Amino acid sequence: MGFALICFISGLIGGLVLAPADYQQGDSFRIIYIHVPAAWMSLFIYTFMAINAAILLIWRVKISEIIIRSSAILGASFTFLALATGSIWGKPMWGTWWVWDARLTSELILLFLYLGFIALQSAFEDRRIAAKTGAVLVLVGVVNIPIIKYSVEWWSTLHQPASISKLDAPSIHIDMLIPLLLMAIACKAYFFSVMLIRCRREILAYESNTAWVKETLIRNGDHT
Amino acid sequence: MNAQRKKRLAIVSLIILGMGASAGLILTAFEKNLLYFYSPTQVSKGEAPVGKPFRIGGIVKINSVARVSDGLKVSFDLTDNKQTVTVNFEGILPDLFREGQGIVANGKLDNTGIFQASEVLAKHDENYMPPEVAEALANSESDIEMPHSYGTQ
Repeated sequence: MGFALICFISGLIGGLVLAPADYQQGDSFRIIYIHVPAAWMSLFIYTFMAINAAILLIWRVKISEIIIRSSAILGASFTFLALATGSIWGKPMWGTWWVWDARLTSELILLFLYLGFIALQSAFEDRRIAAKTGAVLVLVGVVNIPIIKYSVEWWSTLHQPASISKLDAPSIHIDMLIPLLLMAIACKAYFFSVMLIRCRREILAYESNTAWVKETLIRNGDHT
Repeated sequence: MNAQRKKRLAIVSLIILGMGASAGLILTAFEKNLLYFYSPTQVSKGEAPVGKPFRIGGIVKINSVARVSDGLKVSFDLTDNKQTVTVNFEGILPDLFREGQGIVANGKLDNTGIFQASEVLAKHDENYMPPEVAEALANSESDIEMPHSYGTQ
C-alpha cells in the first residue's frame, strides 16, 4: 500500500506538473494519467479473474473463489473510472460525451460483466454455488477482452489506436510516458494490496468459528 | 492430473473456444455495422447508404475550409489521400477541428454528392508529444503523413 502511494504521488506530480503539454490537446491531455491506467486495470483485473475462475473450476482451489470475489468490485470501479474520465475527455476533444463505437461499447459491456458477476454473488444463498456460477460467467465474458484490446485496429472507431501497447516504439514522448507508467504501477500495487486485504477479511469472517482464527486473533491482539 | 480434472479442463477450454468462435462469427457477420465511419473512397465507390444518415471519416484537406462571414456555416473537403468529398456543416466545431486533422462527420449525402453534416466530431491520433517536438518533426518532414487508421480498410 505504501509502495502504491509513492508511485501514485510521483506519477501524479510527474504527469500533472512535470510532463510537457501536448502539441494538439494542450493541457487537457493530462487526464490520460487517470484514464489509461484505469482502462488497463479494467482489462488486467478481468483477465486475472478469468485465470482464477479457470483454476477454481478445474482444480477446485478454494482461495481462487475468494480472490475472484474480492477482485470484482475493484475491477468494476476501474472500468467505471475509465468510462467516466474517457467521457470527460471526449467532450472537449471529440465534441461528444459518448459515441457507440466499438471500443467504447465493448468497454461498457465489460462494466456490465463485472456488475453481473457482483449481482450473481448475492443472488445465491450458498457461496460455493455462487462462486462457481460466477466463475462460468467470468469465463464466458473473457471473449470480450481481446475485442476491447483490438477493437481500435479491427474496425474504424472514433477512439484512436493504441499509443503504447504495440510492437513499434510507443508514439508518446518519453517525458510523458514515464509518469504514465508510474501511475500504472501504482494502480497495480493498489489493486493487489486492497484485494489481499479483502481476501484476508473474507477468510477470517468465513472461518471465524474455527480454532486457528481464534488463536491468531488472541496472539496478535487484533480486532479486525 | 487425474481424469476428473482433465475432464473439467476440457470443459473450460471448450467454453472459451466456443465463445471465441461464436463471437468471431457474430462480429464477422456484423462487420459492416461495426464500422463507425466510411472513408471518402468508400463513399465515392457508392458503398455508403444513399438517402440515409451515415458517418464519414477522413482528414480535412489543407486550405479547403471556407466559412461564410456572417454565420456558422462552414464547408471543407474531406480526404483519405485517394478520394475527396465536400462537406457542408452549420454549427460549432470541436476544439481539435483544424486543417490536416482527422474528423468524423455525421449526416447525409445529397444529390449533388455533397455531404450535409449535422454533427462534426474531431478524431485525434495516437501520438502525444510536446509542441517543440512536433515543430521539429514538422520541419523535417515536408508533407503530412496519413495515419493508418484513415486508409481504406
